[in-house]
Parts: sequence; C-alpha cells; structure tokens
Amino acid sequence: MGVEGIGARVLRKEDQRFITGKGKYTDDFKIAGMHHAVFVRSPYAHAKIKKIGKSKAEKMPGVVAVLDGKQLTGDGIGNIICGWMIHSKDGSPMNMGAWSALATEFVRYVGDGVAVVIADTLENARAAAEAVDVSYQELPHVIEATEALKKGAPQLHPEAKNNLIYDWEIGEKAATDSAIAGAAHVTEMEITNNRLVPNAMEPRAALANYDVAEDHFTLYTTSQNPHVARLVLSAFYQVAPEHKLRVIAPDVGGGFGSKIYIYPEEIVCLWASKRTGVPVKWTGERTESFLTDAHGRDHVTKAKMGFDKNGKIVGFSVDTVANLGAYMSLFSSSVPTYLYATLLSGQYNIANIHCNVRTVYTNTAPVDAYRGAGRPEATYVVERMMETAAREMGMEPAELRRRNFVKAFPHQTPVIMCYDAGDYNATLDAALKAADYDGFAKRKASAARKGKLRGMGLSCYIEACGIAPSAAVGSLGAGVGLWESAEVRVNPVGTVEILTGSHSHGQGHETTFTQLVSERFGLPTDNVQIVHGDTDKVQFGMGTYGSRSGAVGMSAIVKALDKVEGKAKKIAAHLLEADEGDIVIENGEVKVAGTDKKLGWHEVCLAAYTGHNLPEGMEPGLKEGAFYDPTNFTFPAGAYVCEVEVDPETGKTEVIQFVAADDFGTIINPMIVEGQVHGGITQGLGQAMLENAVYDDNGQLLTASYMDYAMPRADDVPSYKLSTHETVCPGNPLGMKGCGEAGAIGSPPALINAITDAIGNNNLAMPATPARVWSAING
Amino acid sequence: MYATNYHRASSLKDAQALFKKADDGKFVSGGQTLLPTMKQRLAAPSDLIDLRHVKDLKGIKVSGKKVTIGAATTHAEVATNEKLAKACPAIASLASHIGDPAVRHMGTIGGSIANNDPAADYPAAMMALDATIHTNKRQISADKFFKGMFETALKDGEIITAVEFSAPKKAAYSKYPNPASRYAMCGVFVADHGKGDVRVAVTGAGNDGVFRHKAMEKALAADWSPEAVASAKVNEDDMLSDIHGNEAYRANLVRVMAKRAVAAAG
Repeated sequence: MGVEGIGARVLRKEDQRFITGKGKYTDDFKIAGMHHAVFVRSPYAHAKIKKIGKSKAEKMPGVVAVLDGKQLTGDGIGNIICGWMIHSKDGSPMNMGAWSALATEFVRYVGDGVAVVIADTLENARAAAEAVDVSYQELPHVIEATEALKKGAPQLHPEAKNNLIYDWEIGEKAATDSAIAGAAHVTEMEITNNRLVPNAMEPRAALANYDVAEDHFTLYTTSQNPHVARLVLSAFYQVAPEHKLRVIAPDVGGGFGSKIYIYPEEIVCLWASKRTGVPVKWTGERTESFLTDAHGRDHVTKAKMGFDKNGKIVGFSVDTVANLGAYMSLFSSSVPTYLYATLLSGQYNIANIHCNVRTVYTNTAPVDAYRGAGRPEATYVVERMMETAAREMGMEPAELRRRNFVKAFPHQTPVIMCYDAGDYNATLDAALKAADYDGFAKRKASAARKGKLRGMGLSCYIEACGIAPSAAVGSLGAGVGLWESAEVRVNPVGTVEILTGSHSHGQGHETTFTQLVSERFGLPTDNVQIVHGDTDKVQFGMGTYGSRSGAVGMSAIVKALDKVEGKAKKIAAHLLEADEGDIVIENGEVKVAGTDKKLGWHEVCLAAYTGHNLPEGMEPGLKEGAFYDPTNFTFPAGAYVCEVEVDPETGKTEVIQFVAADDFGTIINPMIVEGQVHGGITQGLGQAMLENAVYDDNGQLLTASYMDYAMPRADDVPSYKLSTHETVCPGNPLGMKGCGEAGAIGSPPALINAITDAIGNNNLAMPATPARVWSAING
Repeated sequence: MYATNYHRASSLKDAQALFKKADDGKFVSGGQTLLPTMKQRLAAPSDLIDLRHVKDLKGIKVSGKKVTIGAATTHAEVATNEKLAKACPAIASLASHIGDPAVRHMGTIGGSIANNDPAADYPAAMMALDATIHTNKRQISADKFFKGMFETALKDGEIITAVEFSAPKKAAYSKYPNPASRYAMCGVFVADHGKGDVRVAVTGAGNDGVFRHKAMEKALAADWSPEAVASAKVNEDDMLSDIHGNEAYRANLVRVMAKRAVAAAG
C-alpha cells in the first residue's frame, strides 16, 4: 500500500548521515574526564607470564592505572563464557577452558591481553603501555587444528585433553556408511575452508563510565546486540548489575558477526572505570582488529558422497575438524555444529547423512560466527562435492542437481532441518538462463583463441535464517532464547516511533522497518522513527545476526502493529459510530468502508491521547509491544552461476559474470536486498580468491594488515546479474526468509567450481590466488 | 605515531640546515612509506624535514632526448606531463599505475627511489633507463644507486635533487600487482636504447631488491621480440618467496612480465 510500502525501493534514510560523515559511532562519544585505555598484548603464541613489571609505566605522565588479570579476577570479574552447550557423542559436556578478560597466568595467542594502561591521553597511554615490562617463558604452540589433535601436541587448556573441545555427531553413521558402501559411484574429497578476518570498516570500541553518585554504569560499544551484551556482562562477568548498566550501541560500522560477542575490552573498560573513577575509552587499531576480532571459518573436512547408477545421492558422510582458536568465543560452539551440519542436505533429498565434528583449541585468535556462520562451510562442502561428482560421472552439473532436488514441502532432512517452502528448479532455471548457459561452449572456444581458459561453475545453496524457535534452540544447547521484541509508540499527532530489539549496523533498518508502517497505515516513511541500540530505550532484544532482523525482528513489529491497528479501529468505530469490522485504514485515513465517513489518522491518535471520548473501559494512549518467537528457521535458497577466465601464464582469474537467482520470500525493499546480495557475493568471492588469515610457524599473524590480507575491491568483481523468485515463507506473518548472508554462503563454491572447470584440475583450495591457480595449471 | 617535529623546507639549503640541527632527522618527500611506518611506531624520527615544497626539486624538463625529473615531482605529475608522455610514455604509464590517486598526488619520484622498496616501480625504470641520480653532492648511476632492499648509495643527509635519463628508442613496463597491497609482485621494465644497448630491470620479484636481467638483455639485443625472453632462465634462488607466491611462481612472472613488456613496447 502506498509508494513507500512493502516492495518499494525507498532510499535509505540513514544514508544522509552516513555518506556525509555525520554518523555517530562509539569513538565519536566523549565524556568529561574521559581517559584512554591501551592494552598490552602478548607477542607470543603461547607463554607463561613470569612477571608484569608495572612500576616504570605507573610513573609516566598522565597514567592513572596499570591493571592486570590478577587484579581483575581479584575484583570478582568472571571468566568469558561460550553461551551454547554442545555435548560430545559420548554424552559429556564440551571441554571449555578458562578465559579471563586479561590473562592471569598464561597467554595463548598473539594479541592476548596481558595488562591495560589507563591514562589521560591516548599518547600517554600508548607510551606507558610500551613501558610495561612483561617477562614471559615461551611454551610450545600449535596453529593448525589437525596438528593440535595429534599425540604430543602442545596443550592449551587443562580442561581440554588433547585440545579437543568436543567430538560431536549428527545423523545415522551405520546407515550412511552402508548406503555409501553399496553406491554405484562414490565421490571423495578433502576440503579446506580458509580462515578469515572479519574486517568491519569500524574497528571495535568501548567507552565505559561508572557514575559513583548514581551507582550506575554506561557502556557505549560496537555491538550487534546490546541487550545480550548487558545480560552477559551482568549475569556472567559480574561487571555491573543488569538494572544498573546501560549499554548503547550507536551507529556501528559493520559487524558481519564479529560484533555479536562480548570481548575482553568491554569488560575491562567497565571494570577499570569503576576501579579508577574515570570514564575509560578504548578504540581498537586496525592491527588489533586483525589480531583479536573473532575470526571466521577454518575447517578441514573429509567428505564422501555415494550415488546410485542414476545419479541419485544415497548417502553423505562428512568428517570435520574445526579450529576454535585459543578460547571459546560466545557462540563458537554452535557454528560448526547446529549452524553447519544441519545444512549438509543442501537443496537435495538425501536419505542418509552423517557428520562428525571435532572442535579444537589452537594458539590462534578465537573463531566464531562470520557472515553465514557454518552455512558457507556446509554449502562449500556440498556444492564442491556435487560439481565434482557430476564431472566424475560425466553428467551435466545442473542435471545432477535437478535429479536430487527436494521438490515436495515440507521436507524433513535427516539432519534436523525441516524445509518449509522453495522451488529449486525455478531458481536454477532463472540462473542458467540469465547466464546464457547454452552459449558457454562458444564463449569458451572464443576465449581459448585468446589464450585464456574459460570455466563455469554452479552453486545451489540453501541456508537457514531467522534463528530461531527459542524452545528448539534451547533443546540444542543455546543459553538464550532467540525471539525478538518490538514496541510501536504512536504519538498524539500520529507520527510513529518503533522501538526494536534488532540492531542495524549497515542493514538499513531505519528504512525497511518504517516501510511496514507505511504499508499498514499509508503514512509517509518520514513520519516514522526507528529507535534501537539502547538498553534504556528498548526493553529487550536479541539483536541482529543470522539474517534474523526481517524474519524475526519485523515479525515482532507486525505483531505490535496488529495491536495498534486493532485499538485504533476500535477508537475510530466509536467516534464514527460504525461497526469496528467496517473500519479500514489507508493513505493516512481511517474510514468506514462503503461510506464517505472518515477521520484523519492523526485525529484518531489524538483522540487516543486526549481520552475525551473513548469506548467505555478503554485505556488512553496508543502504544503496543510484542514479542515474536519464530515457529521454524526460514530457508532462503538460490542458484548461483559463475563464469571465469583464467590467464594460464599468471594464474590470474577474472570473474566474467556472476549470476544470482535468489528466493528470499517476501521482499520489503528490493534496493536494500540487492545491496545485501552485492555485499554478500563480494565477501564470498573475497574468501574464494583473495582472503586468507595466515599464521607463520612462530604463531605470528602474517596477514595482520592490508599489505598482506587481500580484501576484494571493485575491480576484482564484475557487475552482478541478480534476480529474485519468491516462494513465500509460511513460518512468519510477512513471508520473509532473510537475505543478509546468502551471497557469502552461495558464492565461494560457484567460483571454485568455475576455476577448476577452466583449468581442468579439481585440486584447488581457497583462496584461489593467482599463484595457487598457476601451480594447479602447471601441476 | 610518536610525536615528531615537522619542518617544511623552503630550499635545499634550508633542508640541509634543518637536518643538521635535528637529533634524529629524516627527510620526507610524500611519506607514502615513511608515514605508515611511523604510524605503526616502527620508525620514530625526532624531526621530519619535508622536501616536497622545495621549488628547485620540482618539475619535469624535456630537451631533445634528455629528460630531467625533479625529485619532488609527484607521481601524478609524471603520469600526466605531456612532453614526458611523448618522450618516454613508459615512465608516464608506470607512474599512472602507482598506488591510487591519493598516493600519486602525495608520493614523489625522489621519495620512492630514496626508499628503494623492493616492490616499488620506479627503481626498475631508473635501472632500465640507465638514469643518473642527482644529489646535492654528486651524480650516481642507477646501477650503483640501488643496493638491495631498502638500501641505496645515499649517504647520511644526502638529498636527491633530480633524476636524468635519455629517452630510449622504445620502452615499456609491465607489472603484476600483489593481490593485497597492489605493489609489484613482479614488474619488468624493458628499454631499447639503440645500438644493441638493451636494458631489462626487474622489481618486486627478487630477494634482494631491483636487479637487471642480463641474459634477457642479451637475448633482446639479438632479437627484440617477446619470444626472445619467453623461455629465458630466471634463477629461482634469487626470487622472493612468501604467502603470495613461491620462487617458481615469481620466476615465471619475471618471464611473463618481460614478454608482455616487450610486446607492449612494440
């Protein structure tokens, strides 16, 4: 309804401030008397702290305190926890090692915090941090997860024998093994999913203030979920009681998952502010982002897929080792299990699946959810296997997929998920058509004449978003519920404020959320304000990650809007002396259907607040809240086609075209969805051909700056050809599925399938750098 | 960055005086390497003496075949100078591909060659063009000026004033950028000076900075064609190896870039 309702390409309201440099980020906030924190970090991958010499630093100009881990734990600050319990297949709970916000006895990765200096200026804090004299006793370290599991490997945590955090499985092993044993064809692969650094544009930051007069804490922080931060900071870390702690996540410059977690720095700033009596600000430097933001991916997988003689998959067996780094970050345990193995059925009807996952401690940065979180890893395994199997069996890759597609819904997979709706043939048809699949042979021949190798690769991905029914995730070990809350406040003049527990850090909520009001009441989006990111304003919320703000966050808004609409109609019916069922609201007017009797929306709102003439017994005001708990995950899916040209002399890959046909269910704002897909695909192509977090033999992060960590740039990628194909999600009132991660999930296998097709060598690991591609060509 | 004193030198004389006065002074001429290094606290000069605004160090002169480029001339100026583009299009094209527009408007040719980053573009051009490096004290041939990674023949306090070379008959530079930094993973500058005087200089790939590839020079002197260098032997032991590519890959790039440079030079 209206030009700004659902489906309209409304320009992003937030861009005015973002593109004119007027956004207000954590580092932009200043509090009188503010001091600066600089962390002293471990230069070693693994060491015992022998002594922390603070006396020189403490005497330096402007220094108010030099604090360490023993003081922190001495003040009763709790260890950092992982909030999702996973049990090993023998029933034992995961082996979680202790993680103190500042190391007390051992450091376990380069960048581990050892001490913090609080000083009046950043320069003084930095100078003093350099003067803190820490003596270490170096210990043997281990970087690769598969190495960490070996006998005699250096041990990180006494709680985790052999560095094993858990040994978990899903699906039926015996049935899967036997199906594969009887298969007409078996495809076997070893697949690595490379470690990534999130690289949000804004580095993490925290500004903490303890107000002694009010006995109250305020924390400005770069968080995707400020309420969860407050809950965890109070309930688990005992930094501040929940009702005396206000957490504000103002404008946040990108998260991609890395700003879900509660990091040591926020804890330390809050604690230090109370201990020293001054407001404390920390803003991470880019190097600190590389070293200490939770990294993503880092899986090593062995997979076997069995097919019958018609190309039908009979069994799929997967064995994965996942590197969780030196400590278990907040949701790290769930990523390689319930967010990964549950998606191994892909878009396919597979009767038997078994997946075993071992997670491992290593002397590297903690690893947690990063755009897609588990689903890119699953999709990469499934879609590399499908393309490889098609080549091995001499089948068209598209045809092999079609033979195995799930076609009837709902579809229960053997790995928990129940797919609710989709049309995988439709997205594949659309993608192949847009890519001119039939004309590929001709283009390949023409490229060959120029000395270039052309290749084409497919990826038919499915993912699970909108996480998720609280009871379901609770039964799987989640420490929190995953609903969302919203409050719709209608002002007496008819303008609207929506308070939401979702958090926007680039997603455009200030635009899309207002479109719901426009759709419902026909009001201009400019009459609607979105309020989020402040625990003093919004009652509670679970935040934004896992493409959940549409399917879950907006569903909560819809529920609250239902209540507002109901009450407004009652008031209007009373004022217009009509039947409530005859009242319609459109274009900012409240009308009696089939008559010319009407009121302006603002008149009804004003009536609600004057209270002069309300239906008997009705409370004044027009403000409603709602909590929405999803009934299922949502299942965005689609087909991606990538076409590349490889220069055999240099190994350089040019992405000639990239086609994405996505099914996101209902789309609120196509322009914003396209932006999400552009970003997602680019991030996925970045993983597949450029990005790689590499530690050297000493445990130093070699790729700790943009000199060595290759991010995708505009000239690395083509203009994408996008289309969407709606099957409405039956699980939520708007029929939405989620679009935030799809691009990053679906694109890596499409690119690697295309390059391996071009060069005729399937043995190629991500990132497919020119050097690797050249080596693969030259054997 | 540690606190430092910034001075904008008004003349060469002024620059030398400022340098003498400083505890631990460093000349800066664009600072495209020095400033990031200082920001990372890996360098901490007490005084920065900015040469970029010294008039005598700026500008491009082309008279006949003789080309003189002032040390404080920016990459953007080299890339867009019309006379230079006619006399030696290869160096103009090289300059147009250094870094990004911001880098090209700050960075200078003198700053670049004084730093002698093993992946910088200009050192290859200087060697292949047989350039002479003018300083406030002397003139040094490019062959003698560049001495391994980040090392030059410059003495403490010595300032590059200009580079001078004779426009070659034909020349071209072919660069393969590092996917992350976009510095040269391998850049090959080929120049035909006539009468069998051919020079081939390689940046980015070698394990000791810029170098001349004598075998390629010989092959091209005999037969100026891409094929002449396509199968030239490049010693892998002399190549860099890192996460972006091993010795074999870089040796291959030297051949491929040389071939493409010759083809581009025509």
